[in-house]
Amino acid sequence: MNSFKMKITPFLFILPAVILLTIFTFLPIIISLVISFTDMDLVGLGNLSSVQFVGVENFVRLFQDEVFLQSMGNTFFYVVIGVPLAVSTSFIIALALSNVSNWMSNTFRVIFYMPSITNIVAIAVVWGFLYNEEYGLFNYILSLVNIDAVPWLNDILIAKISLIILAVWKSNGVSMLIFLAAIQSIPKTYYEAAEIDGANWWHKLTKITIPSVSFATFFVIVTTLIGWLQFFEEPFVMTEGGPLNGTNSIALFIYQEGFQYNEFGYGAAASFVLFVIVIIATAIQFKLRKKENL
Amino acid sequence: MRIRNRYSRIIINALLIISGFLVALPFIWMLLSSLKTDREVLQIPPTIFPENPTFQHFVDLFLNLDFGTYLMNTLIIVFFSMIGLLLNTMAGYGFGKYNFKGKEIVFAVVLITMMIPGQVTMIPTYLVLNQMGLTNTMPGIILPGLIVAFNIFLIRQFMHTIPDGLIEAARLDGAGEFYIFFKLIIPLSKPILAVQVILTFIASWNSFIWPLIVANDDGLYTLSVGLSLLQDQNVTNYGLQMAGAAFMVVPILVVFIIFQKYVIEGFNVGGMKE
Repeated sequence: MNSFKMKITPFLFILPAVILLTIFTFLPIIISLVISFTDMDLVGLGNLSSVQFVGVENFVRLFQDEVFLQSMGNTFFYVVIGVPLAVSTSFIIALALSNVSNWMSNTFRVIFYMPSITNIVAIAVVWGFLYNEEYGLFNYILSLVNIDAVPWLNDILIAKISLIILAVWKSNGVSMLIFLAAIQSIPKTYYEAAEIDGANWWHKLTKITIPSVSFATFFVIVTTLIGWLQFFEEPFVMTEGGPLNGTNSIALFIYQEGFQYNEFGYGAAASFVLFVIVIIATAIQFKLRKKENL
Repeated sequence: MRIRNRYSRIIINALLIISGFLVALPFIWMLLSSLKTDREVLQIPPTIFPENPTFQHFVDLFLNLDFGTYLMNTLIIVFFSMIGLLLNTMAGYGFGKYNFKGKEIVFAVVLITMMIPGQVTMIPTYLVLNQMGLTNTMPGIILPGLIVAFNIFLIRQFMHTIPDGLIEAARLDGAGEFYIFFKLIIPLSKPILAVQVILTFIASWNSFIWPLIVANDDGLYTLSVGLSLLQDQNVTNYGLQMAGAAFMVVPILVVFIIFQKYVIEGFNVGGMKE
């Protein structure tokens, strides 16, 4: 093969993907950065010359916008409750799965994973029915034990918790599989040696299992945290941010500004605030991890 | 960790069965309710099993609603997502097995797009599509999601496990570069491609936000957009809603249960070194 052909070949392989990725993802990142400093809106979309640079005005406005501040508060609530709940329950399920017969383990890991691959609209439809105050299964079951109807999606605080329950149900499968793989790769001899030394199950859990899966734990915490900071689909399909913005999140706020109010510049500015928050949270995680290892 | 005590094992099994049942409950309730009549589904106290099981709601999806069109559009998106996967695989191979000028910079671009939250690019990607005149078109729905940077990254990592000597030997035998890719690399990549095909199928079948943003005509709606429309228009017709949801969910569950072995084995991050 001649050298020209050899030079061109790699590009034949990478260019289709790289060009599409550049147009639809990389270029938009740059556009996003630029328009976040402009007053780009629906008018500007029709006539680009009318778009004006407004400096940091969008960012100043964001931190005076009560809806945005409320969305930030809600996102914080989702993260603080959701991340520990999601990580601990998926770890406990994985631990239980590693202690039962192969048949049980194989069957139940499929069941726990099913929600992760289920369409979000179908989830909204089914859970909307389950959470329905009058006809829903949950309130019916509660009525059997004489508990009054719970306004699952109509109370500012309860609605947030309802969405967290739903999101933990939906997202646990992936973390559970990661923990399970990590637990199963711990050599059996560690436990046998510990048993000879008279260790009970609590010692084995805290001195062998948890330290051995620390990398998986770190991975799960970081990805779960990033996911919850970008909490979007659940409030979008279940409550559209309501009642009274009680379930709105930063990511949903960006969508609303961009596609409901056509405030493209303002929405893009909010998306950079979210991006910075994600970066900071991830950086802190890595810092803590480093400290632990020293 | 192995717990040997017999009673604790019984408790663990019981807890697993109960929590597994709770996790599966929404699916069970969806299927049971989809077979109930309009009246029965709203009955208080609810019946558990449908008294007169009916498939009428499923028939209605196609006769009174446009689920045939939505299904067709969804299958078109699934088909093109597989072409996207081929492009991802080619790029992963290109980055993994060739050396060329500017490779590091181009690959850095791929990595950057991987780390940016989807919300950052959502608005500007729409503006780009708008400039290209692709809003409310099928290409507008398909193109933005075609390339997945994370998949390129995974496939590139996998390519490192294929010995260079194998490719060199094929070249010495006079095989062309694309012949090598299709006849040698793709068969060798079966373990990772099997997972990717399943996950790509699931992701494209479920795709919702992008079709929702781009499509205005209901002739372009996918199943998930159509289902969301159905939910808005038939607020208390839960039987119909459950049938629509079941129609979306059951095919995915069947595909997943058949191929779950491949997917589940792909989750060992313990093999990932720090």
